[in-house]
Amino acid sequence: MNWLIAILQTTLFVVLAPLLAGWVKWCKCYLQNRKAPSLLQPYRDLIKLTHKQPVVSEQASWLFVTAPYIIFSATVLAASVVPLIAVDLPTTASADVIVMVGFFAFARFFLALAGMDIGTAFGGMGSSREMTISSLAEPAMLMAIFTLTMTASTTNLSGAIAHVLNDGLVLRPSFVFALFALILVAIAETGRVPVDNPATHLELTMIHEAMILEYSGRHLALIEWASQLKLLLYGVLIANIFFPWGIAETFTAKALGYGLLAIMGKLALLAIFMAITETLVAKMRLFRVQEYLSFAYLLGLLGMLSHIILEASR
Amino acid sequence: MSSLNWTTDLLNQLVSENITAEQISLPSTTLWQIESIHWQHYAELAIQQNVRWVAGWAEHVQDRFFINACFEKQGIYVLLRTIVNVAKPELPSQATVYPAANRSERHTQDMFGINFIGHPDNRRWTRHKAWAKHNYPLRKDFPLQGEPEAITPPDIDYPFVKAYGAGVYEIPVGPVHAGIIEPGHFRFQAVGELILNLEERLGYVHKGIEKIAEGRTPESLARLAGRISGDTTVGHCWAACRAMEQAAGVEIPPRAALIRGILAERERVANHLGDMGGICNDVAFVFAQMQFTRLRELWLRTNATIFGHRLLMDRIVPGGVVCDLSEASCALIKEDIILLRKELSEIMPAIDLNSSLEDRLYTAGYLSPEIASAFGTLGYVGLASGQDKDVRRDAPYPPYDQATFKVALEDQGDIASRFWVRYKQINAALKLIAQFIERLVAGDILAEWQTPPPGSESLSMIEGWRGEITAYIRFDADNKIARFYPRDPSILNWPALEKLTLNNIVPDFPVCNKSLNGSYSGNDL
Repeated sequence: MNWLIAILQTTLFVVLAPLLAGWVKWCKCYLQNRKAPSLLQPYRDLIKLTHKQPVVSEQASWLFVTAPYIIFSATVLAASVVPLIAVDLPTTASADVIVMVGFFAFARFFLALAGMDIGTAFGGMGSSREMTISSLAEPAMLMAIFTLTMTASTTNLSGAIAHVLNDGLVLRPSFVFALFALILVAIAETGRVPVDNPATHLELTMIHEAMILEYSGRHLALIEWASQLKLLLYGVLIANIFFPWGIAETFTAKALGYGLLAIMGKLALLAIFMAITETLVAKMRLFRVQEYLSFAYLLGLLGMLSHIILEASR
Repeated sequence: MSSLNWTTDLLNQLVSENITAEQISLPSTTLWQIESIHWQHYAELAIQQNVRWVAGWAEHVQDRFFINACFEKQGIYVLLRTIVNVAKPELPSQATVYPAANRSERHTQDMFGINFIGHPDNRRWTRHKAWAKHNYPLRKDFPLQGEPEAITPPDIDYPFVKAYGAGVYEIPVGPVHAGIIEPGHFRFQAVGELILNLEERLGYVHKGIEKIAEGRTPESLARLAGRISGDTTVGHCWAACRAMEQAAGVEIPPRAALIRGILAERERVANHLGDMGGICNDVAFVFAQMQFTRLRELWLRTNATIFGHRLLMDRIVPGGVVCDLSEASCALIKEDIILLRKELSEIMPAIDLNSSLEDRLYTAGYLSPEIASAFGTLGYVGLASGQDKDVRRDAPYPPYDQATFKVALEDQGDIASRFWVRYKQINAALKLIAQFIERLVAGDILAEWQTPPPGSESLSMIEGWRGEITAYIRFDADNKIARFYPRDPSILNWPALEKLTLNNIVPDFPVCNKSLNGSYSGNDL
């Protein structure tokens, strides 16, 4: 039964990811005075791509063709670790948050290799930028997550969320810092404005898009889907760690239903917040990203310190 | 020895060095004819007097080549000409003195097979692979339809400038881009993200405008000129028509001049709105882009309602214009101005106060006044770097001869300056449109065409939205065009892009490029 729900939850992750992408686009269009495409448009795009023949360069090695599958699988595995609608799932008990970060790093490693595989200037440029940014983002993310795990005394996400739930509504300064650190990292890691622009057509400014410029057809569909999944994952992390209320603690149909509604509501709000910031700011100069991520790291560190100073002695 | 007119000074200097310059008066310019051996020396004397190089082109007349170069200072234009024999087509280069003449001379070299001795860079420019090395399309013996091969072979052996060293890498960009823009190739040498060198390779949209202009009637040429660069259809069409009218001695009715002014200013406003949105879009500030796109669209729709064409194509014809303005149309234009002013007054403060946008646009893509002046950059690119040039004020033509307006000038030379110059130009254009409507007199809009005498020639200057457009016309017998050379301002602005991107980082190039926004089509002809 537990495993069944774990599988159901991972499936939900995969299925809902394009919907969140569609909702973000819808909000942004609304804020920009544009007529928005249907919420289902990302699904249609994915279906369209799977029907197209993938065009692969003559210079491509096996890596280029395999990478989309590796990236997609690694991201799905990362998703299986994160509680979406219920805590205390068997998958979340067997793998902790460090494993999740590891899955992300694994997927990124193959994405960067695939970017360089064809040998175009853009792919290499994108890979180089991606690695620069991730080398700064990962420590900041771990710092934010460690703050949380120190409070809960576990690196298991399920356990941490259960701990927050049991404590009830307590204002922890360390969590405020960690929340902001995680939001900053999430924006950088999912390639959103102001770090990267997923909607751009300017090859020279791209980061994520530069690596996948050569992909088409089902390969592109898988990579697009994986990045939508990554966006959803970060959203769920933020929503469920810091605002876990509503998540199912028992596996009854009613609790699970409420859990699903709660997370969808929280994600919808988060997406609105993201759409507003993306509308308000321009993309920053590439060399500002390090300052931005150092700030995220600093926030994580402050969260950790305030936990030690203010909360740990209780 | 400085008199009010720089031409007197220069002539005196030429006389003191025993260089004879034969003077012929043309409408709105003087033609000086010198011997080809003095070609370069003239440039050396001219640059000492801070005279600007404007344009250069050649013409094949029987067994001789006429080689022309246009110079300007204080709004006074001089057309310099020398004649070389087809059997031995060579003369000293002016590009050693004026960097602005560089690509123009390479174009002439490719199209006529004229050898500019001492040219700093004699690689091919306009010639890609569409015609063979020793074919020269603008010579009279080259067939009008060209020599089209089934498929033009790929141009893979162009000798780009190379950079060597640890960590230096090359980024080839284009000619086919991810966005829907014109084709052009950019070759970067970079270390990490820092741009060491940028080389442009243009000519992908060479349409043979100069060749197919030969033998056209004035009406047909005006239509062709309107298609040199789609976004400058009014500017080029006006420049060509004005050159033809001057050559034929046709005076356009005052009402037609005012309507032409309204058309040109409306074109300027529409393009600047589009560009300002484009600059914001290139730094992912999509909100502003959507607003500017919306405003531009509303503006173009009014164009369609009043003038019958969104981009105002073919509204200007030799002798006047084809669209008259009714009372209702004038009222609509006035309403449109009020509406645009109101919308801009809401949008501009939001942009001005956005610090993330400020961070991207200020100090990026800096073009120093010295380089701007050396390359003779025009329009908003020059104005943003302190080059105070505007044909409408310096060498006014109707209806600007009686208009009052301020030339927008900025001196920071960065992307933000080029952004704000555009905004100031929009404001000035709105005032000008209002003035023209006030002054609109009743009367004809089209003067009767007179066949010009064979061989009559003329040069005209029009301030298009990108800056000064120059058009040269020479008539053949029977009202037919013998030679047409239009010089788009982009020809002088493109080289500045190679300079202003230096020391910027690779991901800042697109916004640098957009802030300059040269026309590929206008450059390639």
